Amino acid sequence: MRLHLGALAAGFGFWLAAAAGAMAQTGDLQITNAWARATPGAAQTAAAYVTIISTTGDRLTGASTPVAQKAELHTMTMDGNVMKMRQVDGIDLPAGQGVTLKPGGYHIMLTGLAQPLTEGQTFPLTLTFDKAGTREVTVTVQKVGSMGPGMDMPMHH
Amino acid sequence: MARSQPTSSGSPRFVLMAAALAGVLVLVAGVLIVIAFRDAGKGVAGNPLAGVIGGKFSLIDQNGKPFTDADLRGKWRLVFFGYTHCPDVCPTALNDLSLALDQLGAKKTQVGIVYISIDPERDTPDILKSYVESFGGPIVALTGTADEVKQAAQDYKVYYAKHPRADGGYDMDHSALIYVMDPQGRFTATFTPDDSEETIVKRLQKLLG
Repeated sequence: MRLHLGALAAGFGFWLAAAAGAMAQTGDLQITNAWARATPGAAQTAAAYVTIISTTGDRLTGASTPVAQKAELHTMTMDGNVMKMRQVDGIDLPAGQGVTLKPGGYHIMLTGLAQPLTEGQTFPLTLTFDKAGTREVTVTVQKVGSMGPGMDMPMHH
Repeated sequence: MARSQPTSSGSPRFVLMAAALAGVLVLVAGVLIVIAFRDAGKGVAGNPLAGVIGGKFSLIDQNGKPFTDADLRGKWRLVFFGYTHCPDVCPTALNDLSLALDQLGAKKTQVGIVYISIDPERDTPDILKSYVESFGGPIVALTGTADEVKQAAQDYKVYYAKHPRADGGYDMDHSALIYVMDPQGRFTATFTPDDSEETIVKRLQKLLG
Protein backbone atom coordinates (compact mmCIF):
# COMPACT_ATOMS: atom_id res chain seq x y z
CA MET A 1 0.00 0.00 0.00
CA ARG A 2 2.79 2.35 0.91
CA LEU A 3 4.51 1.52 -2.38
CA HIS A 4 1.29 2.17 -4.21
CA LEU A 5 0.95 5.62 -2.69
CA GLY A 6 4.54 6.38 -3.57
CA ALA A 7 3.90 5.53 -7.20
CA LEU A 8 0.81 7.66 -7.17
CA ALA A 9 2.73 10.60 -5.73
CA ALA A 10 5.46 10.17 -8.34
CA GLY A 11 2.87 10.04 -11.07
CA PHE A 12 1.19 13.17 -9.77
CA GLY A 13 4.54 14.91 -9.52
CA PHE A 14 5.30 14.01 -13.12
CA TRP A 15 1.92 15.29 -14.25
CA LEU A 16 2.49 18.52 -12.35
CA ALA A 17 5.88 19.01 -13.95
CA ALA A 18 4.49 18.31 -17.42
CA ALA A 19 1.63 20.73 -16.85
CA ALA A 20 4.02 23.41 -15.65
CA GLY A 21 6.19 22.88 -18.72
CA ALA A 22 3.22 23.29 -21.01
CA MET A 23 2.18 26.43 -19.15
CA ALA A 24 5.54 28.05 -19.81
CA GLN A 25 5.00 27.63 -23.50
CA THR A 26 1.35 28.50 -23.72
CA GLY A 27 1.26 31.34 -21.19
CA ASP A 28 0.43 34.86 -22.21
CA LEU A 29 3.84 35.41 -23.81
CA GLN A 30 5.10 34.06 -27.09
CA ILE A 31 8.77 34.59 -27.61
CA THR A 32 10.20 33.58 -30.95
CA ASN A 33 13.11 34.21 -33.30
CA ALA A 34 15.74 34.88 -30.66
CA TRP A 35 18.91 35.60 -32.59
CA ALA A 36 22.14 37.52 -32.39
CA ARG A 37 24.87 38.51 -34.75
CA ALA A 38 28.25 36.88 -34.72
CA THR A 39 30.79 39.34 -33.42
CA PRO A 40 33.28 40.74 -35.91
CA GLY A 41 36.79 39.92 -34.76
CA ALA A 42 37.56 40.80 -31.19
CA ALA A 43 34.49 42.99 -30.69
CA GLN A 44 33.26 42.69 -27.12
CA THR A 45 29.77 43.94 -27.78
CA ALA A 46 26.96 42.28 -29.63
CA ALA A 47 23.26 42.76 -30.19
CA ALA A 48 20.54 40.18 -29.62
CA TYR A 49 17.07 40.39 -31.09
CA VAL A 50 13.78 38.66 -30.37
CA THR A 51 10.08 38.79 -31.27
CA ILE A 52 7.61 38.94 -28.38
CA ILE A 53 3.83 38.75 -28.40
CA SER A 54 2.02 39.38 -25.13
CA THR A 55 -1.67 38.47 -25.27
CA THR A 56 -2.56 40.57 -22.23
CA GLY A 57 0.00 43.36 -22.48
CA ASP A 58 3.28 43.50 -20.60
CA ARG A 59 6.61 45.28 -20.54
CA LEU A 60 10.08 43.92 -21.13
CA THR A 61 12.26 45.39 -18.41
CA GLY A 62 15.55 43.57 -18.48
CA ALA A 63 17.74 40.76 -19.75
CA SER A 64 20.70 38.70 -18.67
CA THR A 65 22.87 35.99 -20.14
CA PRO A 66 25.88 33.99 -18.97
CA VAL A 67 27.82 34.89 -22.14
CA ALA A 68 28.05 38.60 -21.34
CA GLN A 69 28.73 40.67 -18.27
CA LYS A 70 25.76 42.85 -19.08
CA ALA A 71 22.64 42.71 -21.18
CA GLU A 72 20.83 46.03 -21.54
CA LEU A 73 17.81 47.17 -23.47
CA HIS A 74 18.87 49.73 -26.02
CA THR A 75 17.39 51.67 -28.84
CA MET A 76 19.09 53.11 -31.87
CA THR A 77 17.73 56.37 -33.19
CA MET A 78 18.75 58.65 -36.03
CA ASP A 79 18.80 62.35 -35.21
CA GLY A 80 19.22 63.74 -38.68
CA ASN A 81 22.21 61.74 -39.85
CA VAL A 82 23.59 61.26 -36.37
CA MET A 83 23.23 57.77 -34.98
CA LYS A 84 22.55 57.55 -31.25
CA MET A 85 22.49 54.51 -29.02
CA ARG A 86 20.50 54.88 -25.84
CA GLN A 87 19.62 52.59 -22.97
CA VAL A 88 15.89 52.34 -22.26
CA ASP A 89 14.15 51.30 -19.01
CA GLY A 90 11.76 49.00 -20.75
CA ILE A 91 10.01 48.13 -23.96
CA ASP A 92 6.21 48.20 -23.96
CA LEU A 93 4.43 45.12 -25.27
CA PRO A 94 0.87 46.19 -26.13
CA ALA A 95 -1.69 43.39 -25.81
CA GLY A 96 -1.84 41.19 -28.87
CA GLN A 97 0.70 43.18 -30.85
CA GLY A 98 3.97 41.55 -31.77
CA VAL A 99 7.03 43.59 -30.94
CA THR A 100 10.15 42.72 -32.89
CA LEU A 101 13.56 43.81 -31.77
CA LYS A 102 15.62 44.21 -34.93
CA PRO A 103 18.66 45.94 -36.41
CA GLY A 104 18.14 49.68 -36.61
CA GLY A 105 15.75 49.81 -33.64
CA TYR A 106 15.42 48.16 -30.26
CA HIS A 107 18.04 45.60 -29.37
CA ILE A 108 19.45 43.81 -26.37
CA MET A 109 22.99 45.09 -26.11
CA LEU A 110 25.44 42.55 -24.77
CA THR A 111 28.63 44.04 -23.36
CA GLY A 112 31.69 42.37 -21.89
CA LEU A 113 31.40 39.16 -23.90
CA ALA A 114 33.48 36.38 -22.38
CA GLN A 115 33.98 34.85 -25.84
CA PRO A 116 33.26 36.06 -29.36
CA LEU A 117 29.87 34.90 -30.64
CA THR A 118 30.31 32.57 -33.60
CA GLU A 119 27.83 31.66 -36.30
CA GLY A 120 25.71 28.62 -35.40
CA GLN A 121 26.37 28.91 -31.67
CA THR A 122 23.42 29.07 -29.25
CA PHE A 123 23.24 30.60 -25.80
CA PRO A 124 20.57 31.16 -23.12
CA LEU A 125 19.05 34.59 -22.59
CA THR A 126 16.78 35.38 -19.65
CA LEU A 127 14.20 38.07 -20.25
CA THR A 128 12.44 39.86 -17.39
CA PHE A 129 8.88 41.13 -17.71
CA ASP A 130 6.81 43.38 -15.47
CA LYS A 131 3.96 40.91 -15.15
CA ALA A 132 5.12 37.58 -16.50
CA GLY A 133 8.34 37.43 -14.47
CA THR A 134 11.28 35.83 -16.22
CA ARG A 135 11.49 33.65 -19.30
CA GLU A 136 14.52 31.93 -20.73
CA VAL A 137 15.01 31.67 -24.46
CA THR A 138 17.72 30.15 -26.61
CA VAL A 139 19.47 32.58 -28.91
CA THR A 140 20.93 31.35 -32.19
CA VAL A 141 23.93 33.22 -33.54
CA GLN A 142 23.71 34.24 -37.20
CA LYS A 143 26.34 35.63 -39.55
CA VAL A 144 28.18 38.87 -38.93
CA GLY A 145 25.96 41.69 -40.21
CA SER A 146 22.88 39.45 -40.57
CA MET A 147 19.59 41.28 -40.81
CA GLY A 148 17.30 38.58 -39.44
CA PRO A 149 16.94 35.17 -37.81
CA GLY A 150 18.12 32.74 -40.47
CA MET A 151 16.78 34.74 -43.38
CA ASP A 152 20.09 35.59 -44.94
CA MET A 153 20.04 36.36 -48.60
CA PRO A 154 21.97 33.90 -50.72
CA MET A 155 25.52 35.03 -51.35
CA HIS A 156 26.04 36.69 -54.70
CA HIS A 157 29.38 35.29 -55.69
CA MET B 1 17.46 84.10 -11.79
CA ALA B 2 18.71 84.25 -15.32
CA ARG B 3 17.92 87.96 -15.53
CA SER B 4 20.08 88.85 -12.55
CA GLN B 5 23.06 87.10 -14.07
CA PRO B 6 25.27 89.27 -16.23
CA THR B 7 25.51 87.83 -19.73
CA SER B 8 28.98 86.71 -20.46
CA SER B 9 30.38 84.49 -23.13
CA GLY B 10 31.80 82.26 -20.43
CA SER B 11 28.47 81.45 -18.78
CA PRO B 12 27.39 77.82 -18.91
CA ARG B 13 24.15 78.83 -20.56
CA PHE B 14 25.99 80.54 -23.42
CA VAL B 15 28.26 77.55 -23.91
CA LEU B 16 25.26 75.24 -23.91
CA MET B 17 23.45 77.37 -26.47
CA ALA B 18 26.54 77.62 -28.65
CA ALA B 19 26.96 73.86 -28.49
CA ALA B 20 23.28 73.34 -29.35
CA LEU B 21 23.57 75.76 -32.26
CA ALA B 22 26.69 74.02 -33.53
CA GLY B 23 24.87 70.70 -33.31
CA VAL B 24 21.93 72.05 -35.28
CA LEU B 25 24.24 73.46 -37.95
CA VAL B 26 25.96 70.09 -38.35
CA LEU B 27 22.57 68.39 -38.69
CA VAL B 28 21.33 70.93 -41.22
CA ALA B 29 24.54 70.57 -43.22
CA GLY B 30 24.13 66.80 -43.15
CA VAL B 31 20.54 66.96 -44.33
CA LEU B 32 21.46 69.37 -47.14
CA ILE B 33 24.25 67.08 -48.25
CA VAL B 34 21.89 64.12 -48.43
CA ILE B 35 19.20 66.07 -50.27
CA ALA B 36 21.67 67.56 -52.72
CA PHE B 37 23.50 64.38 -53.54
CA ARG B 38 21.14 61.48 -53.11
CA ASP B 39 20.74 61.17 -56.84
CA ALA B 40 23.89 62.86 -57.97
CA GLY B 41 25.22 61.26 -61.09
CA LYS B 42 28.74 61.56 -62.35
CA GLY B 43 28.95 65.34 -62.47
CA VAL B 44 31.80 65.97 -60.06
CA ALA B 45 32.73 69.19 -61.83
CA GLY B 46 29.37 70.78 -61.10
CA ASN B 47 29.33 69.58 -57.51
CA PRO B 48 29.53 72.58 -55.17
CA LEU B 49 30.51 70.44 -52.20
CA ALA B 50 33.29 68.61 -54.05
CA GLY B 51 35.85 70.82 -52.36
CA VAL B 52 34.05 71.04 -49.02
CA ILE B 53 33.76 67.37 -48.06
CA GLY B 54 37.12 65.71 -47.66
CA GLY B 55 40.55 67.15 -46.98
CA LYS B 56 43.96 66.36 -45.61
CA PHE B 57 44.28 63.75 -42.92
CA SER B 58 46.98 61.48 -41.58
CA LEU B 59 45.98 58.24 -39.87
CA ILE B 60 47.20 54.66 -39.53
CA ASP B 61 45.58 51.58 -41.01
CA GLN B 62 44.78 48.20 -39.44
CA ASN B 63 48.34 47.03 -40.18
CA GLY B 64 49.83 50.00 -38.37
CA LYS B 65 50.92 51.66 -41.62
CA PRO B 66 50.38 55.39 -42.29
CA PHE B 67 47.41 56.22 -44.48
CA THR B 68 46.72 59.77 -45.65
CA ASP B 69 44.15 61.42 -47.90
CA ALA B 70 46.60 60.96 -50.78
CA ASP B 71 46.21 57.18 -50.39
CA LEU B 72 42.50 57.49 -51.20
CA ARG B 73 43.34 58.20 -54.83
CA GLY B 74 43.34 55.65 -57.62
CA LYS B 75 40.10 54.02 -56.54
CA TRP B 76 36.52 54.94 -55.79
CA ARG B 77 36.26 55.04 -52.00
CA LEU B 78 33.30 54.62 -49.72
CA VAL B 79 34.29 56.54 -46.60
CA PHE B 80 32.41 55.73 -43.42
CA PHE B 81 32.97 56.73 -39.78
CA GLY B 82 32.09 54.35 -36.94
CA TYR B 83 33.42 52.38 -33.98
CA THR B 84 33.81 48.70 -33.21
CA HIS B 85 31.79 48.79 -29.99
CA CYS B 86 28.76 49.73 -32.09
CA PRO B 87 26.66 46.57 -32.30
CA ASP B 88 23.95 47.66 -34.67
CA VAL B 89 24.36 50.22 -37.43
CA CYS B 90 28.10 49.97 -38.11
CA PRO B 91 28.16 46.22 -38.78
CA THR B 92 25.01 46.56 -40.88
CA ALA B 93 26.60 49.24 -43.05
CA LEU B 94 29.93 47.43 -43.43
CA ASN B 95 28.13 44.23 -44.32
CA ASP B 96 25.82 45.93 -46.84
CA LEU B 97 28.75 47.69 -48.49
CA SER B 98 30.81 44.49 -48.64
CA LEU B 99 27.91 42.56 -50.19
CA ALA B 100 27.21 45.41 -52.61
CA LEU B 101 30.81 45.41 -53.83
CA ASP B 102 30.60 41.66 -54.42
CA GLN B 103 27.90 42.34 -56.98
CA LEU B 104 30.01 44.72 -59.06
CA GLY B 105 31.76 41.84 -60.80
CA ALA B 106 35.02 42.82 -62.48
CA LYS B 107 34.57 46.43 -61.37
CA LYS B 108 34.82 45.41 -57.74
CA THR B 109 38.55 46.10 -57.79
CA GLN B 110 37.88 49.76 -58.60
CA VAL B 111 36.17 50.38 -55.27
CA GLY B 112 37.41 50.25 -51.70
CA ILE B 113 35.80 50.84 -48.32
CA VAL B 114 37.47 53.17 -45.83
CA TYR B 115 36.26 52.76 -42.24
CA ILE B 116 37.50 55.51 -39.92
CA SER B 117 37.13 54.94 -36.18
CA ILE B 118 35.82 57.88 -34.17
CA ASP B 119 36.70 55.93 -31.01
CA PRO B 120 40.52 55.81 -31.21
CA GLU B 121 40.70 55.32 -27.45
CA ARG B 122 39.44 51.74 -27.82
CA ASP B 123 39.97 51.03 -31.51
CA THR B 124 43.62 50.13 -31.94
CA PRO B 125 44.93 48.86 -35.29
CA ASP B 126 44.89 45.27 -33.93
CA ILE B 127 41.26 45.49 -32.91
CA LEU B 128 40.31 47.08 -36.22
CA LYS B 129 42.17 44.37 -38.13
CA SER B 130 40.25 41.43 -36.68
CA TYR B 131 37.03 43.44 -36.86
CA VAL B 132 37.08 44.29 -40.55
CA GLU B 133 38.40 40.90 -41.61
CA SER B 134 35.05 39.45 -40.51
CA PHE B 135 33.24 41.31 -43.29
CA GLY B 136 35.31 40.01 -46.17
CA GLY B 137 35.15 43.27 -48.15
CA PRO B 138 38.16 45.33 -49.29
CA ILE B 139 38.15 47.46 -46.15
CA VAL B 140 40.87 49.82 -44.98
CA ALA B 141 40.24 50.58 -41.29
CA LEU B 142 41.83 53.73 -39.91
CA THR B 143 42.55 55.10 -36.48
CA GLY B 144 45.01 57.58 -34.99
CA THR B 145 45.48 59.95 -32.13
CA ALA B 146 42.45 61.84 -30.85
CA ASP B 147 43.59 64.94 -32.76
CA GLU B 148 44.25 63.06 -35.98
CA VAL B 149 40.80 61.50 -35.89
CA LYS B 150 39.25 64.87 -35.10
CA GLN B 151 40.94 66.35 -38.16
CA ALA B 152 39.59 63.61 -40.44
CA ALA B 153 36.09 63.98 -38.98
CA GLN B 154 36.21 67.74 -39.52
CA ASP B 155 37.25 67.20 -43.14
CA TYR B 156 34.13 65.14 -43.72
CA LYS B 157 31.85 67.33 -41.56
CA VAL B 158 31.27 64.36 -39.32
CA TYR B 159 29.83 64.94 -35.86
CA TYR B 160 30.78 62.57 -33.05
CA ALA B 161 30.52 62.69 -29.28
CA LYS B 162 30.92 60.36 -26.35
CA HIS B 163 27.73 59.41 -24.59
CA PRO B 164 28.43 57.99 -21.11
CA ARG B 165 26.53 54.94 -19.98
CA ALA B 166 25.31 54.30 -16.43
CA ASP B 167 27.83 51.46 -16.00
CA GLY B 168 30.81 53.76 -16.60
CA GLY B 169 31.25 52.73 -20.22
CA TYR B 170 30.26 54.85 -23.18
CA ASP B 171 28.70 54.77 -26.61
CA MET B 172 29.54 57.12 -29.43
CA ASP B 173 26.94 59.29 -31.16
CA HIS B 174 28.13 59.83 -34.71
CA SER B 175 27.11 60.88 -38.21
CA ALA B 176 26.38 57.77 -40.16
CA LEU B 177 26.63 58.96 -43.76
CA ILE B 178 28.74 57.07 -46.25
CA TYR B 179 30.75 59.36 -48.52
CA VAL B 180 31.57 58.36 -52.07
CA MET B 181 34.92 59.79 -53.18
CA ASP B 182 36.03 59.48 -56.81
CA PRO B 183 39.47 58.14 -57.88
CA GLN B 184 40.82 61.71 -57.75
CA GLY B 185 39.80 61.92 -54.11
CA ARG B 186 36.86 64.24 -54.78
CA PHE B 187 33.57 63.99 -52.95
CA THR B 188 30.88 62.73 -55.30
CA ALA B 189 27.81 61.41 -53.46
CA THR B 190 26.50 60.01 -50.21
CA PHE B 191 24.74 56.86 -49.13
CA THR B 192 22.81 56.57 -45.90
CA PRO B 193 22.71 53.49 -43.65
CA ASP B 194 19.07 53.07 -44.74
CA ASP B 195 20.06 52.53 -48.37
CA SER B 196 19.59 48.89 -49.30
CA GLU B 197 22.32 46.77 -50.81
CA GLU B 198 20.41 46.91 -54.13
CA THR B 199 20.26 50.71 -54.11
CA ILE B 200 23.97 50.94 -53.38
CA VAL B 201 24.81 48.51 -56.20
CA LYS B 202 22.66 50.42 -58.71
CA ARG B 203 24.13 53.78 -57.81
CA LEU B 204 27.69 52.50 -57.81
CA GLN B 205 27.18 50.95 -61.24
CA LYS B 206 25.95 54.32 -62.50
CA LEU B 207 28.94 56.12 -61.01
CA LEU B 208 31.49 53.62 -62.30
CA GLY B 209 29.96 53.87 -65.80
